[in-house]
Amino acid sequence: MSETKKGLNEAAAAPGPEWPKGIYDLLKAHRIRQVAFVPDAGHSRLIRMCEADPEMVAVRLTTEEEGIAQLGGAWLGGDKGVMLMQSSGVGNCINMLALPISCTFPLLMIVTMRGDHGEFNPAQVPMGSNTQAVLEAMGVIVKRADSAEDVVDTVAGGLALAFNTYRPVAVLIGQKVMGAKDFRKLTKVGAQ
Amino acid sequence: MSKLLHRRQVVRTLLKDRNGMMVVGGLGASAWDITDAGDEPTSFPMWGAMGGATMVGLGMALAQPKRKALVITGDGEMLMSLGSLATIAIQKPANLSIVVLDNEHYGETGMQETHTRYGVDLVTIAQGAGFQRTLRVNTEEDVAKLRHMIYNEEGTLFAVVKIDPEKLPLVLPPRDGSYIKNRFRMAVLGPDALHDE
Repeated sequence: MSETKKGLNEAAAAPGPEWPKGIYDLLKAHRIRQVAFVPDAGHSRLIRMCEADPEMVAVRLTTEEEGIAQLGGAWLGGDKGVMLMQSSGVGNCINMLALPISCTFPLLMIVTMRGDHGEFNPAQVPMGSNTQAVLEAMGVIVKRADSAEDVVDTVAGGLALAFNTYRPVAVLIGQKVMGAKDFRKLTKVGAQ
Repeated sequence: MSKLLHRRQVVRTLLKDRNGMMVVGGLGASAWDITDAGDEPTSFPMWGAMGGATMVGLGMALAQPKRKALVITGDGEMLMSLGSLATIAIQKPANLSIVVLDNEHYGETGMQETHTRYGVDLVTIAQGAGFQRTLRVNTEEDVAKLRHMIYNEEGTLFAVVKIDPEKLPLVLPPRDGSYIKNRFRMAVLGPDALHDE
């Protein structure tokens, strides 16, 4: 077995919920090649799978708006792509969204929520509680999944909407799905 | 001190007989420059999204590895997306060149000086990000060398061309983004581009 194949199998077999694998299968079915991402705990398993897939190009960004521009260029060159990010990065994207909106580029942002259900960190709340409103104010269509069972189907609908109708779409995965980060717990153990 | 290069002449030299090369023009004067050199279907002039030019270039370079991709942008636009140099440097697309036309001013918005006027060195920043191939362009001979590196060599390239901060008449590309997109895709992907995913 090749190293990459082994890596992909290991990433797929990592413990955790099923929906990241479900999203990965959707990306494969839709022939998504470029996966732009900003490191994120909620997406960590999916990111590993995309990185290990030799048919995908996983591009680590320094900030989310890079991904909006990259995926526009990808579409110009004939590649389909998606962006994996968290809600705090949505604010970074606002002016760059002029590109997919004015050029009618398909765009799917798969956004894990912070500042949402059960949040501990006050600084996450201003962006998290306004993520949907801000995206919609810019003209991005927003769909939301708040249970693990709904995630894959919501992403499937978002992919179809974005690529069939040439517009930016965001799928928000609620914090209820991932569980809030427990900062107090992380102050104890030999926490990473 | 050598006489400063003129942006329109530099861009015309770089884009002459471009052989299907994909070209991104960053917001502002660079978009007018690439249009002045010829409004080609494989040009993508940017009317907005400042700071996006280099990453549009990365996305198209990754999508079309057998075709050359060239980003032409200004120092102001480049300064807004320095992080993208880190992102691009670790992807290392062999077919992507980035050329910054550096007049050390924000020419579209009142000629305020940019950071490069005060010593910020974009070539050093690109080298620090990991670009192995960089070039400083100050003379006609340098422009010829830059053209050679873009067309006849492989490897991600970053170049800064010091240019005259002259004010020139605008040469406007079409501004319907959907049209610019679709003619680009048809030129690169063929007539079926409007029907296929």
